[in-house]
Amino acid sequence: MPVSQSGFLAAVLDPDLPTPDGLISHARHPTRRFSVYRNNVIVGLTEALDSAFPVLRKLVGDEFFAAMAGVYVRRFPPTSPVLSRFGYEMPGFLEEFPPVAHLPYLVDIARLELLIRESYHEADSVAVDNNAVLTIPPGELPSCRFALAPSLRLLRSRYPACSIWHSNALDGPRPGTEAEDIMVVRPEFDPRPVVLPNGGFELVARLAEGAALGDACEHASADDRFRLDAVMPILVSGGAVTGVIRPESEGNCNPEEAQTHPPNQPSGQ
Amino acid sequence: MPFDAQPANGTLPPKPGVGYKERHFRGIIESPGSVNWLEIHAENYMGRGGRPIAQLRRLRQDFAFSCHGVGLSIGGEGPLDEQHLERLKALVAWLEPAAFSEHLAWSTHEGRYFNDLLPLPYSRETLERVCQHVDQVQESVGRAMLLENPSSYFSFEESEMNEIEFISEVSSSTGCGLLLDVNNVFVSAANNRFDPVDYIDEFPLHRVGEIHLGGHEDENDPEGGTLLIDNHAAAVSDPVWELYEYTLRQSGPLPTLVEWDNDVPDWPVLAAEAGRAGRLLDSCVRPGCR
Repeated sequence: MPVSQSGFLAAVLDPDLPTPDGLISHARHPTRRFSVYRNNVIVGLTEALDSAFPVLRKLVGDEFFAAMAGVYVRRFPPTSPVLSRFGYEMPGFLEEFPPVAHLPYLVDIARLELLIRESYHEADSVAVDNNAVLTIPPGELPSCRFALAPSLRLLRSRYPACSIWHSNALDGPRPGTEAEDIMVVRPEFDPRPVVLPNGGFELVARLAEGAALGDACEHASADDRFRLDAVMPILVSGGAVTGVIRPESEGNCNPEEAQTHPPNQPSGQ
Repeated sequence: MPFDAQPANGTLPPKPGVGYKERHFRGIIESPGSVNWLEIHAENYMGRGGRPIAQLRRLRQDFAFSCHGVGLSIGGEGPLDEQHLERLKALVAWLEPAAFSEHLAWSTHEGRYFNDLLPLPYSRETLERVCQHVDQVQESVGRAMLLENPSSYFSFEESEMNEIEFISEVSSSTGCGLLLDVNNVFVSAANNRFDPVDYIDEFPLHRVGEIHLGGHEDENDPEGGTLLIDNHAAAVSDPVWELYEYTLRQSGPLPTLVEWDNDVPDWPVLAAEAGRAGRLLDSCVRPGCR
């Protein structure tokens, strides 16, 4: 009797279903042999989640993470064989998953880890050095635009998600309780989340949309604690500025670099 | 329709290669030993940049590459994922691998990918489908592929032919070459009680462009019978080395990959496995080997 792939797969994903009919094995019954596939599918996809969410796993513990992954992979199996794109439903899943309802910051940790992974696989870019920014005549500054690295990502968290990440991934200091605006930069190959000072999120978000510095500062100044000289060094030292586009001649930085990339876009196809 | 743009057996050197792991980057560059070429799982290198791509750009200066897909689902009932084919095409275009291969298996169903090599029956119907898919892959990617024999744990009542008849037919009908996984032969033979030497004798070795060797695990099946699991988590077992040596005596030297994907060892351990394959390849070049 033909075994349809739908039927085969249903039995792979649900160990309570019987082994499909129509299999020939040299055991008395093919259950154990069939379970090789049951095991491979769940273990393989769980490992993919493991490598995507190492801090989330550390926070909930290996055993809990594995059990949760078993639920997740059955509910949201990958939509692409490229597993670096697997796991985008994790934040929403965590929001709805009753066993972690008392740990709401996990949602932002999952968001942050997704952004870190995106950043890791993003296109390379060449950063400008401090001088490129310092040598801009002050009068021109407000009209300057900045090309930002494609690997840049932004996240606004109601929790100290960046400090929690550092504390678990890199043995950083114990996190406080304050909300954090976070920027993921990738100076070379290893993405690094950093906390943005007041107004920094608005500034970087506007710059990433292609706004001129003056316009971006105006938005950022909605927070009266905003100071440009607190944000620019973080952007530049993180390798996040890849070009300076000065007002008169929009071509006096490298023209190929003079494109802005909106942050927080999932990697394209 | 047979594909004739490039020879089906590719141009990998008939030397040892290894499955590439990021953590072995330094080891490979500093002490490659007998390793001549590297194989990547295509799906791990489909990002836009970053370390994975930078490492490949560096390594391709010194090593030939084999691009081994694990996600095309050639044995799937549904159509191939055209977006995925485009990604493969783009990867093959810049990496310029000496060989490009995929599996006789399915892994995607109704738009969902399950990250395993699931088995298919060998019937006229599945044969036609697999041939269409291989044709489509070769036309899209623009070059001949190698198709790998699976490891199997059972067979299907529905099958109308054996695996070798099926694979031979796919190869002659589509012009694709074959990737002979000797460990898979050994595992399937133990699980399904056939003689692995007979399998090698009957296999169309003239179509083989690459050999795979890997580790398996001997499991207990409470329902009886031998159960070997292909897990790529250990050294190649001695009986698999023997079967490999037997194969080389029939085929002559062929590009040979050592795969070690789980519980990945330090570089010297993997390099030593490749060295063992290299010695067998060398001894098989000597007159009288075939």
